[in-house]
Amino acid sequence: MTTSQLLAQGQPTSELADGAKQIVNDFSIQVATVNGSGSQSANSVLLRSIFRMGVPVSGKNLFPSNIAGLPTWYTIRLSKDGWVARRTDIDVLIAMNAETAREDVLSLAPGAAVIYDESLKLNELRTDVAYYAVPFDQLAAATGADAKLRKLIKNMVYVGVAAQLLSIDMEMVENTVRKQFAKKVKAAELNLNAVRVGFDYAKSTLTKQDPYVVEPMNATAGKIIIDGNAAAAMGAMFAGVSVVAWYPITPSSSVVENLIDLMKRYRVEPDGKASFAIVQAEDELAAIGMVLGAGWAGARSMTASSGPGISLMAEFAGLGYYAEIPGVIFDIQRTGPSTGLPTRTSQADLTFVAGLSHGDTKQVMLLPATVKECFEFAIEAFDLAEQLQTPIFVLSDLDLGMNSWMSEPFTYPEKPIRRGKVLDAAELRKLGGFARYRDVDGDGIPYRTLPGTDHPAAAYFTRGSGHNDKALYSERPEDYENNMLRLARKFETAATMVPKPILEGDGRQKVGIIAFGTSHWAIVEGRDQLEREGEIPSDYLRVRAYPFTQETHDFVARHERVYVVEQNRDAQLLNLLKIDLDPVEVVKLRSVLHFNGLPIDARSITSQIAAQEGASK
Amino acid sequence: MSTSPVTPKPIKTNRIGLQILDYRGGKTTLCAGCGHNAISERITEAFYEMGVQPERVMKMSGIGCSSKSPAYFMSRSFSFNSVHGRMPSVATGALLANKTMRSIGVSGDGDTASIGIGQFVHFMRRNVPMIYIIEDNGVYGLTKGQFSATADIGSKLKTGVVNDLPAIDICALAIQMGATFVGRSFSGDKKQLSTMLKAALSHQGAVLLDVISPCVTFNDHEGSTKSYRYMQEHEEAVSEAGFVPYFDEIDVEYDANTTVDVRLHDGSHLRLRKLHEDYDPTDKANAVKMLMDVHDKGEVLTGVFYVDTQKPDFATMLNMVDEPLATLPEARTRPGRDVLASLMEAHS
Repeated sequence: MTTSQLLAQGQPTSELADGAKQIVNDFSIQVATVNGSGSQSANSVLLRSIFRMGVPVSGKNLFPSNIAGLPTWYTIRLSKDGWVARRTDIDVLIAMNAETAREDVLSLAPGAAVIYDESLKLNELRTDVAYYAVPFDQLAAATGADAKLRKLIKNMVYVGVAAQLLSIDMEMVENTVRKQFAKKVKAAELNLNAVRVGFDYAKSTLTKQDPYVVEPMNATAGKIIIDGNAAAAMGAMFAGVSVVAWYPITPSSSVVENLIDLMKRYRVEPDGKASFAIVQAEDELAAIGMVLGAGWAGARSMTASSGPGISLMAEFAGLGYYAEIPGVIFDIQRTGPSTGLPTRTSQADLTFVAGLSHGDTKQVMLLPATVKECFEFAIEAFDLAEQLQTPIFVLSDLDLGMNSWMSEPFTYPEKPIRRGKVLDAAELRKLGGFARYRDVDGDGIPYRTLPGTDHPAAAYFTRGSGHNDKALYSERPEDYENNMLRLARKFETAATMVPKPILEGDGRQKVGIIAFGTSHWAIVEGRDQLEREGEIPSDYLRVRAYPFTQETHDFVARHERVYVVEQNRDAQLLNLLKIDLDPVEVVKLRSVLHFNGLPIDARSITSQIAAQEGASK
Repeated sequence: MSTSPVTPKPIKTNRIGLQILDYRGGKTTLCAGCGHNAISERITEAFYEMGVQPERVMKMSGIGCSSKSPAYFMSRSFSFNSVHGRMPSVATGALLANKTMRSIGVSGDGDTASIGIGQFVHFMRRNVPMIYIIEDNGVYGLTKGQFSATADIGSKLKTGVVNDLPAIDICALAIQMGATFVGRSFSGDKKQLSTMLKAALSHQGAVLLDVISPCVTFNDHEGSTKSYRYMQEHEEAVSEAGFVPYFDEIDVEYDANTTVDVRLHDGSHLRLRKLHEDYDPTDKANAVKMLMDVHDKGEVLTGVFYVDTQKPDFATMLNMVDEPLATLPEARTRPGRDVLASLMEAHS
């Protein structure tokens, strides 16, 4: 086998004693801890060290709705093939939580490795896994760290143990720790020391008995690792957002928390004044109210929320649609209904948001699947909101928003900020006046003015009640009908402006797959499995927005059977497609669902499609 | 027959050369005699007299009879009739987008004290710079006569239904929450309401004016505590307000023993001649106590109860740039390529 110069001396590189084959860069590590124990930075060091070795990784945090003391699992998947979706099997367990240790060990597949706290005595549970007992408390004490810090330091000890056992490059570990604690030199040294204590213990005491090894690759050069919420926050800043109103809710809070950090760093002017306002509102009703107030007055405004908050926003969403006010709403979906599972992922807000409000309402949604799209769609959303004069919903989810994903670096927006049809005083002087809701251009999008425009004819009366094209109160049947028809026309215009779907495959297969959002990652892996294992080649269309575009209709028309894959119970995407598609096409649609709160995995898709294909043959 | 030439009567204009017509709104659709129409008149006059450019004004409202009234004054101002009970958040957002605008919000007792109490208290707590007027008649008009949360205990609906829950004193609440200019008036008291509105226009911060405005259709009968007659018999002014705008010379002497002089944000002066022995408009606790005491006697206290000219308003607290956020150029809202490059490096 190959050894790398980067590998620290003394790390196990030989084949296993019994001649079993090594498994290189294709396994999962799970760290079982309790939340509030401070394991996050240790897990991040593990993830990023492997990433720096050039090996494709993804990191997913499975955490409880709780502040401290309940079980948390962090899973790192290494995949030489670049698969980053959730994988259900765990190969290396780092068992730090006494409460779940037993169950964690019993659920492993035979051949797995278990690094555990000596006191848990897990080695008596079963004999078909490799055990590595580590006296974590003793080692934490040996680091010389203050007693108060030992609980935290223990986490870095397991990083060292895992690094030694799995051949993770210590130089990369060291670089990662130093970068992570760049502003706290003392903390960096303390943590590095703990890593070394763990590494040395493993080297001197443990004998490698499992097949899992990390080897350097060159598959991550130039890439970044980031979570979708941080990416969305960056996108919002580069979109020029200036008013942000929010109410904390998992899993969306980190969108605004990241944004606050960014804006404080990059949007404070030399005189110390802010080119933005961020307000923590009293609830989501107020948050969306402020967003629409600001959007009406001309600022780029946004909020971020999740299911329960989006429910509260329904009335205002209707006002935004009907009074035609721009605003951007990030919905980081979690499982519902009601409080649901606040820390688990889902794609079940789709049909709700599509028509959010009472009355005939159609909302525009952007559906990012990647962290890069979180960034790009944030920018796109602000442009669309002002160009279409309507709220734009960006539907991310907990898996995308809070987990760590590799990505190509984001690219700087090339297009200038587009503010849509806004008339200023000079234009009004030429025109003499304007009618706020008149469809001058035939695209359903009217012209607006901003408060403060210095012209006697600039003002208009904004209302959620019935109005004619001059924005005057009207209950006349034809005024209402004309206005609603124009809004429908505007929605058709939206379909020409939103991000188009992306086709993967040559487009000539019989089987098609349609999906949106984070299901993407399991689908690309699932398509590979379907083709290799079941000889079922497929084409895949990832829709990226609602309204659907013509490409979606064409895709269904071109395929015999179309599997709609989504992470909800009620086949929401399929149902929205049904509304749009020609009835003769609807019969082609079949559903693949996953809705247990965990991110969808490739195997679930492969087996469901293979079974349905088998039945249809 | 007279042959002497007729000199045309000069058109009366205000400080910025506009006529009162430039401040008029659409024709009211409220009931004849509704107190709200009188309030719209006073608002129109106050903005005219103070010489505020109508295009620099945002008129905000929620839902209800009162919230319709911004359509009946100042058509050249920008208006937003939002959703029930949520005017405060919309107004806050609009002001954050453009802090250089003047804002006036019109709400009702149901829109504020019932469905909207949550947003109301937070608006006052933030001291958002806006004149918040409650056209208070203790009753829902558009849904034909149900009690709101400012209806007094024991007051009677036309149908004979008696209110058995205590009224929320919206002024006491606003004072406690952090509003910096709080008063109550009566739609029928032209002089007091005009003075208070002009003083409010000179204040920088959240102004709460609770204006008792009888509903002639549903709450002006015997047994109502929000009727014209009840107000005529039970109004007790806490002070007599005088106002000297910043553009007039201050030449009126006043007796410091009997009158409180408040220098407002724009340099105008509010002169409050005490009519109540314990009156001190700078003392929160005292103001609330007075409101409670007088209410217990079945009287309705009016006047300016509390003024704080020092507390920074919400827009100031946020330390925003001087220009409106709404119209900042791209160069000031989109950070450069170097910023993105360094962020990408940090995540590599």
